[in-house]
Amino acid sequence: MAKKAFVKVMLKEEVLDPQGRAVLSVLKSSGYKNIKDVRVGKYVEILFNSEKDKKKALEEVSEISEKIISNPLIEKFDVEIK
Amino acid sequence: MKNSGINAGITVFPGSNCDFDVFNVLKDIFNINVSFIWHKDKIRNYDDFDFIVIPGGFSYGDYLRSGALAARSRVMDSLRNYSEKGGIILGICNGFQILAEAGLLEGVLLTNSSLKFECGDVYLKTFNYETPFTCAIEKDRVLKMPIAHHDGNYFAPERKIRSLIKDKGVIFKYSDIEGKISADSNPNGSLLNIAGISNKRFNVMGLMPHPERASEMLLGSEDGGGIFKSIIKYIKER
Repeated sequence: MAKKAFVKVMLKEEVLDPQGRAVLSVLKSSGYKNIKDVRVGKYVEILFNSEKDKKKALEEVSEISEKIISNPLIEKFDVEIK
Repeated sequence: MKNSGINAGITVFPGSNCDFDVFNVLKDIFNINVSFIWHKDKIRNYDDFDFIVIPGGFSYGDYLRSGALAARSRVMDSLRNYSEKGGIILGICNGFQILAEAGLLEGVLLTNSSLKFECGDVYLKTFNYETPFTCAIEKDRVLKMPIAHHDGNYFAPERKIRSLIKDKGVIFKYSDIEGKISADSNPNGSLLNIAGISNKRFNVMGLMPHPERASEMLLGSEDGGGIFKSIIKYIKER
């Protein structure tokens, strides 16, 4: 049974991430030379009212991730159920 | 100008902050009947409005993504129906972001490539004069309007951009004062310098610059007024 869901949202590879690029440039100028790229995403926690069947929870959270939490034009997401 | 037979609606979301600017322009400059539409309301009678403006601002604090939460509010269901019936919708700045998030316009507005809030006058070149939003704009005139946004970097996948261009849906591009389009005249990193687009039917348009802040010489430019004049002309002649 599932109590919580976690959604990780990242910009797709082909979409420029200026925030990630800014962090990368700060890391480099701070002396961390061995870093190739940085991308910044979002992490969303969802708490259910009552325990849910894991498969149903995954279906529901995938649906809301696709419809609301992410914009499929530019973002991809991963859902984890616990 | 006698436009008292024309009725406009302005949507209001928590965080809309250009609603009264648009109201002032439509009511006091163009003498149109204007009313506000609250985001929790449904539009009962679509004939009550000749056109609807989604104003700028920071609806829902830009949480999740700019325009994402407003795009899923109740009034947007009404606006979706309104657009399907051919109703005219103009989205300004946050209004453009909301229309894109709602899927009424193609693409999405990403964070400015500078990562900064960009604020100041820009110049625009018009690419399609045969729309309800541009039919009264003087041909080849370069328009001066202000921008004020953090997320105005227009993006759409290549396939969508191609069909947008083919369908003449690119309405405005950022240019210099002479109308030359280059990376230097692009304030936010928008793909192909795109500043405003419309849907295939040309009844829904979104743009990042603020025409309502450039509709009287007191504010430095009347060029934005051309968009409202176009809508009025289109409504009167249809």
